[in-house]
Amino acid sequence: MRVRWARLEEGLARAVLWGCLLVVLGALAAIVGHVLVQGLPGIDVDFLTTAPRASGREGGILTTIVATLYLVAGALAIAGPVGIACAIYLAEYLREGSLERIARFGVQTLAGVPSIIFGLFGFTAFVLWLGLGWSILSGSLTLAAMILPTLVKAAEEAIRAVPDSYRQGSLALGATKGQTILRVVLPVAMPGILSGVILSIGRVIGETAAVLLTAGSALGFAVSPLDSGRTMAVHLYLLAMEGISVPKAYSTSAVLILLVVGLNALATRITSRFTVRR
Amino acid sequence: MINVLGRQGRPLEGQLEQRAKMRTENLCVYYGSLLAVKYVSLPVVRHSVTALIGPSGCGKSTFLRALNRMNEVIPGARTEGRVLLDGHDIHDPSLDVADLRRRVGMVFQQPNPFPMSVYDNVAYGLRIQGIRDRATLDRIVENSLREAALWDEVKDRMRRSALELSGGQQQRLVIARVLAVRPEVILMDEPASALDPVSTARLEDLIHDLKREYTIVIVTHNMRQAARVSDWTAFMLNGELIEYGPTERIFTNPSDPRTEAYITGRFG
Repeated sequence: MRVRWARLEEGLARAVLWGCLLVVLGALAAIVGHVLVQGLPGIDVDFLTTAPRASGREGGILTTIVATLYLVAGALAIAGPVGIACAIYLAEYLREGSLERIARFGVQTLAGVPSIIFGLFGFTAFVLWLGLGWSILSGSLTLAAMILPTLVKAAEEAIRAVPDSYRQGSLALGATKGQTILRVVLPVAMPGILSGVILSIGRVIGETAAVLLTAGSALGFAVSPLDSGRTMAVHLYLLAMEGISVPKAYSTSAVLILLVVGLNALATRITSRFTVRR
Repeated sequence: MINVLGRQGRPLEGQLEQRAKMRTENLCVYYGSLLAVKYVSLPVVRHSVTALIGPSGCGKSTFLRALNRMNEVIPGARTEGRVLLDGHDIHDPSLDVADLRRRVGMVFQQPNPFPMSVYDNVAYGLRIQGIRDRATLDRIVENSLREAALWDEVKDRMRRSALELSGGQQQRLVIARVLAVRPEVILMDEPASALDPVSTARLEDLIHDLKREYTIVIVTHNMRQAARVSDWTAFMLNGELIEYGPTERIFTNPSDPRTEAYITGRFG
């Protein structure tokens, strides 16, 4: 009798867990499916290769793709070196202690700050105070600060995962600590660092509020870093918010979603190759 | 100073003084407050193999790592006493630790080739010294691999990942990597413990060949291995050096009852 109850419980638990998984996958499928069904029909070569006309009611989204890529490149160029350097310091040089705890707490807190606050800060500090105006540069600086915690955390974990035997082997050959980090530790950690970079790119592509506040929403081609630019996410927000064109908003969303899915697939591939090699 | 007895039981000290490539004087190594190596004074005779034996945790690996200052990598480790290389203290501030480690190379318990090609592994120590010339690198890499008795097995796969090699090949690759920087002393920390019997035999042959050019110190758990490969044996227990002398005498006529108990397998 007791055994039968246990079996029933087990079956029930399985059913509930299975149901929850179904809800998660269902939500994902519903959102992606909905956006693709609504958006894909509006996507053609013209949509991807022409600039928006009439505030985006007509034409394509080329300038917003350019602005998005520009912003991604800018944010990574700033946050990449700083984040990796910071991760090296945290993982390889900082001894456990109060400074380490403060640094860790700082990075964690930065990760939890809502993006709109980064936007407000960027608007005040870069756009107004530094006089950079609404520009790709202001946006890149703001987004760089926003993705730093993700980068630092991913890079630090990747560096810590490098087996100590590599470090010892290198040191025992007469390499300095710096040489060991540059020539052995970083190359081994690179796949992990890259997956952090890709996750960061995803955040930059999707960010709206902070970008609107710092990079503005000009529809023209951004050429210089001091030009304002409208990213795809901002474009889609304005299209929908100001009721300019819902179909165009959906098509822009579809392109965005495909990009995010592609990036996630790439991140997974890089990470799994990393694990297989160990 | 420990009493060193020769083959016929006569003191050897004066003779060893001349032939010592390295020697320690009252060497102590602490991990935090734990004294892991206690006042060890030991010569390392030039162009010979010195085996360090003793039960697990007796401090023999720690002692070995003190000879090229690799204990400094471990937080909380502290060394006292002197370690002389050709008569100069290796703790002398004017001596560069990277240079010391190039002169006193190390082979670890687990083969640890870097995740790069066979060639890049062997060339690593040269490149960090700034050697870029292709012909020089090619020549030294080939010579080192030949010296480590690995050339014939890897000459067609120099560009392949070193991680594809077998455990025994990896350990010989690591030895080639050490040989490439022309060390004077090679420290080996249980180099055969992760290897199968055939690979172990090859490694022992290699060690035998290498002592013509190099001075070797090997830590081993395996009593028969110590007897086979070494010329000198030091027995350690609880961080102390119990007995040191020619391997033949240590194994046939140990002067300390604890040494005898250990080599006859009564403990450890």
